[in-house]
Amino acid sequence: MTFKRKATPFAVLTAAALALTACAQSDRDDSGSDSGSTSGGGSSTFTFGAAGAPKVMDPFYATDGETFRVTRQMFEGLVGIKAGSAEIEPELAEKWEPDASGTNWTFTLREGVKFHDGEPFNADAVCKNFERMFDQNPAGQVAAEYWAGTFGAFKAKAAESLYKGCEAKDEKTVVLSVTRPTSGFPTFLSLDSLSMQSPKAMDAGKANDVVAQGEGFVYPAYSKAGVGTGPYKLEKYDEANKTVTLVRNDDYWGEKAKNAKVVFKIIPDESTRRQELEAKSINGYDLPNPADWKGLESAGNKVEIRPAFNVFYLGLNPTKNPKLTDLKVRKAIYQAINREELVKTQLPEGAKVATQMMPDTVSGYNKSLQPVAYDPAAAKAAIQAAGGLTLTFAYPSEVTRPYMPNPQKLYQAMAGDLEAAGIKVNTVTKPWNGGYLDGVDANAFDAFLLGWTGDYDSAHNFIGTFFGSLDANNFGLTKQAFGKTLAADLAKADSTVDEAERTAMYEKINQQIQEEYLPALAISHSPPALVVGEGVEGVVASPLTAEEFSGVTVGGK
Amino acid sequence: MNPSPMDPRPSAKKDRIDSLAETSGRGGTATAVKDVHVGAAGKVKDTGGVSLIASAWARLRRNPVFLLGLAITVVFVLLALFAPLLAPNDPTKRMPELLEDLSRSTNPVPGPEAGFPLGSDDFGRDLLSRLIVGARQTLIVGVFATLFGLAGGIILGTLAGAFGGWVDSLVMRIVDVMLSVPSLLLAVSIAALAPRPSQWTVIIAIAVVQVPIFARLLRGSMLAQRASDHVLAARALGVKQSSIVFRHMLPNSLGPVIVQSTLVLATSIIDAAALSFLGLGNPDDRQPEWGQMLGASQQWIRDYPHLAFYPAACIIVVALGFTLMGESLREALDPKSRR
Amino acid sequence: MLRFIVRRLVQMVGVLIVLSLLLFLWLRSLPGGTVSAILGERATPASRAAMEAQFGLDQPVWVQYAKFVGRVLQGNFGPSTAVLPGRDALDIFLQRLPATIELSLFALAIAVALGIPLGYFAARRKETFLDNASVVGSLIGVAVPVFFLGFLLQRVFAIELGWLPVSGRQSTGLDATRITGFFVLDGILTREWDAAWDSFKHLILPAVTLATIPFAVVFRITRASVLEVLDEDYIRTAESKGLTARIIRGRHILRNAMLPVTTTIGLQVGALLAGAVLTETVFGFAGVGDALATAFRLRDYAVLQVLILAAAGIYVIVNLLVDIMYAVIDPRVRTR
Repeated sequence: MTFKRKATPFAVLTAAALALTACAQSDRDDSGSDSGSTSGGGSSTFTFGAAGAPKVMDPFYATDGETFRVTRQMFEGLVGIKAGSAEIEPELAEKWEPDASGTNWTFTLREGVKFHDGEPFNADAVCKNFERMFDQNPAGQVAAEYWAGTFGAFKAKAAESLYKGCEAKDEKTVVLSVTRPTSGFPTFLSLDSLSMQSPKAMDAGKANDVVAQGEGFVYPAYSKAGVGTGPYKLEKYDEANKTVTLVRNDDYWGEKAKNAKVVFKIIPDESTRRQELEAKSINGYDLPNPADWKGLESAGNKVEIRPAFNVFYLGLNPTKNPKLTDLKVRKAIYQAINREELVKTQLPEGAKVATQMMPDTVSGYNKSLQPVAYDPAAAKAAIQAAGGLTLTFAYPSEVTRPYMPNPQKLYQAMAGDLEAAGIKVNTVTKPWNGGYLDGVDANAFDAFLLGWTGDYDSAHNFIGTFFGSLDANNFGLTKQAFGKTLAADLAKADSTVDEAERTAMYEKINQQIQEEYLPALAISHSPPALVVGEGVEGVVASPLTAEEFSGVTVGGK
Repeated sequence: MNPSPMDPRPSAKKDRIDSLAETSGRGGTATAVKDVHVGAAGKVKDTGGVSLIASAWARLRRNPVFLLGLAITVVFVLLALFAPLLAPNDPTKRMPELLEDLSRSTNPVPGPEAGFPLGSDDFGRDLLSRLIVGARQTLIVGVFATLFGLAGGIILGTLAGAFGGWVDSLVMRIVDVMLSVPSLLLAVSIAALAPRPSQWTVIIAIAVVQVPIFARLLRGSMLAQRASDHVLAARALGVKQSSIVFRHMLPNSLGPVIVQSTLVLATSIIDAAALSFLGLGNPDDRQPEWGQMLGASQQWIRDYPHLAFYPAACIIVVALGFTLMGESLREALDPKSRR
Repeated sequence: MLRFIVRRLVQMVGVLIVLSLLLFLWLRSLPGGTVSAILGERATPASRAAMEAQFGLDQPVWVQYAKFVGRVLQGNFGPSTAVLPGRDALDIFLQRLPATIELSLFALAIAVALGIPLGYFAARRKETFLDNASVVGSLIGVAVPVFFLGFLLQRVFAIELGWLPVSGRQSTGLDATRITGFFVLDGILTREWDAAWDSFKHLILPAVTLATIPFAVVFRITRASVLEVLDEDYIRTAESKGLTARIIRGRHILRNAMLPVTTTIGLQVGALLAGAVLTETVFGFAGVGDALATAFRLRDYAVLQVLILAAAGIYVIVNLLVDIMYAVIDPRVRTR
């Protein structure tokens, strides 16, 4: 162990490093070295802290909020969403009109729109997009969840699909045909997944070549570099440093983005995101923990509370517990829960006790309904009259949802209330991805905690998703006497073309669900939030969490 | 999870385990150790005269580090035993007085008030009572994790040490597979893969990590015992193999294992906190446990750091107590360090 | 020697094969998993079944394992589902590895730079306040949970003082060139000094956090072996010869005490890898540990398998290297 012997490897290393240096070239672009958010004059950067990495850069195969937050800045659909609301507005289509049957819709397209690669956006491009989405291979059919969730089926089962065809009438007129009228169309064309993408780039990158392998999908080259029409385009996804950089699209058809760049920095740890904001190295982050809202505000940040577009419910499933087919029992469970206290002590500011299974921002919401009152005495009496009740009551671990910030605490509060009403509770807990969702699907629990965040403004997207299918639901509706009627009523409302008539039908169904059916107990609506630092203006909180960052300014510029 | 401060070297683990086993396995028999000074007990010859334990105790009695560790441990165990009597309130109950003040949006963690010197947790329960009763659950996690690890280790170690030959090889290969996954990964995997997380999955996850360590340790000293005079004598007298193993070899090999146990107690408490931090702890927090309290406090750490500070301080002090005690024990039992 | 190495390599392959089988069976025996993680609330029995059929999860587990092995033999470890969807799991491991190595090496450097001198002085002044305080201090360092320590360091050095960045590997606006994936090295190689300096600053806080445990080990081993050496006859001889304190310290004490210390340092790799899971999560550091935590949370089985097997493989290789090193350093082992 002399120093001489030790020195040899160092010498070798140094020599190797020098040799490498000789061939290592900086490929840095000199113009792109502006750093930070301080420089004004349109070259500034908006840096946003994300909790997770975007999955693909082709929104068609994306399913999660972390991905959509990024793709939303780069892509646009025919139909857009009005900032700060759930209402739709024209985007790439200037207007649309149905024919009398409600199945053929004529879209008039915006002129002068170009994709990021310079390709023109026109009727032809629209039809190519829809044909592309419709014509998926078996793996793609599974990967493209939002198409499956809205249009139902793909080309392979064309008869079952809502999509019928697309016809380019002229350069700026396109007719989209559906097989039957439905309440969701064309509203759901505002979904990020159904955005318009450059046909040329999709062809070049073999956008449809998804392969299922092992337990995952292998995506084609295009999925790493999607090309849209939005105010920003992808500059770089630096995987080694977990940052996504978007750069302003200077040929954007509308008002150009205020910041030259938007950077998404991926920071998985909640408390680290907050530290970053306080160190001013990011300008904002999504879904701050409700526990932090107060502290964040008092430190000068702005917590933008989004209108709640979700519902948190206690699902009941009579499959293994026939007593739950008794409306009196279900109602007693509802009365036993002190929801006022729950909302006050465990849910964030702006949370509300629910009166029905959808939030008030959705058309079809029944304003006349009152919350079922907390009445432990009545509950106790009803349970006794029913000869007692034992409930297998489940809650998920390893998860937080905007509607359910802390499942365990919420569960404990409710389970305590149920026990006080004389119900015997068997607690079951499973990891969200490790048995809980499976268990709910497999009717394994009598009672469970779950919720739903709406995808677009439609009653069908809420109660239709819950109760619209007699066979595929989590509430054992085949065992409930009302199940068939409810599903049929929902289907009927969904296919009603006249909007006023449809809204009235949904209001009635909501009333029946609350007063006669109670397949699930609506608990609350909790608003998610996002937070931005001092001096950040122009972030409009969206109930659909569909914030666009092109109008954001940093530091008063 | 912090791997044990004693054996964070995954593979030095092996060497240290083996050398520790050797030293104390031979401790009672004649080893060619030169005369050594032994603290206040005066000059003692280590050549079989005074038993290792007696001389170790003589040294320990005067060792302030050991006494500090012992004091902490005793206080902790007493606290755990009498926790329900000492806690002013029911730690599982949401106290109406605290619930009244609790509001998620304006006052998520009510501070101290009459009858609740440390205030509330974020669910309207008495923080002080939870800390006190938490001592008991913490001790349970520590003790059971250690016991399970010990039991697994004893089974494997005894098999290997008692029979030698191909049994030894087989068992040691199993132990090698277990050692080949870094301890944290092993514990996290087990906790993450358990179909139903609970306090027991935490205990088992921590215990499994300890099994190979105990096994190697025990095997080492058993092998030393196999060659020792009293075992040879027993064998010559025709004593049955099973009673040689259980009457002679095993009891004489347990020394280093017991020392290791005190250290494992400390690390398992820290490990439980780490699992909770990663969201793999016991999801049911009705029965408080310090590691879990600490893990759950993470979301409040910025605005209500006391929720993290109290359990963290408790864990650090107790872990320190066990470690100081265990380390002094080990030093005292190691003939080489007796100077 | 060669035979010894070959035998160990064969054993290692055996261990890894057994481990891969156990892991595979274990993961498949659990409910939920990937499909739940992908579908979330939108899962219906129909969509679940369709996805399971696509992934072949409806087939018997031995068929799945055979397919898995078939793919692995072609160098294909299966696409990730959550960490970087679609990317081969092995690619993810290789992409993340430099970050973890960079972090670990720096942490190790800190541990050694502090641990050896402190251990030496603690031993020279045994049972003084300095000794006791450093023993207790090193234990406290180990007992403080990583996320707590990380939070405090971020708070003080990144927010209050503003000297260092909170998290990540590099500032976002730098647009630095990547060659090796070791950011500091890349900065030096391409002479982008600002990038190298920036990456280095990003390393400091996580490395200090990660260093607490190896520091405690190095400190204790140094202390113990210096104590041992101090008692040796040749030190007394050296003292009686009237050699200066400096020569005694350099030539006799440190050189002899360093042997166990150097071997210990080599053995820290596994502990650093394990510690990286927590540290990288807290510091948003895109390394292997961060990938592992994400893969656990989102049930990304392909990535989990590769990372656990790789961790085991690294451990086994390091062990082998250490044993070989022993044989090279210590002639007594060589003769065996």
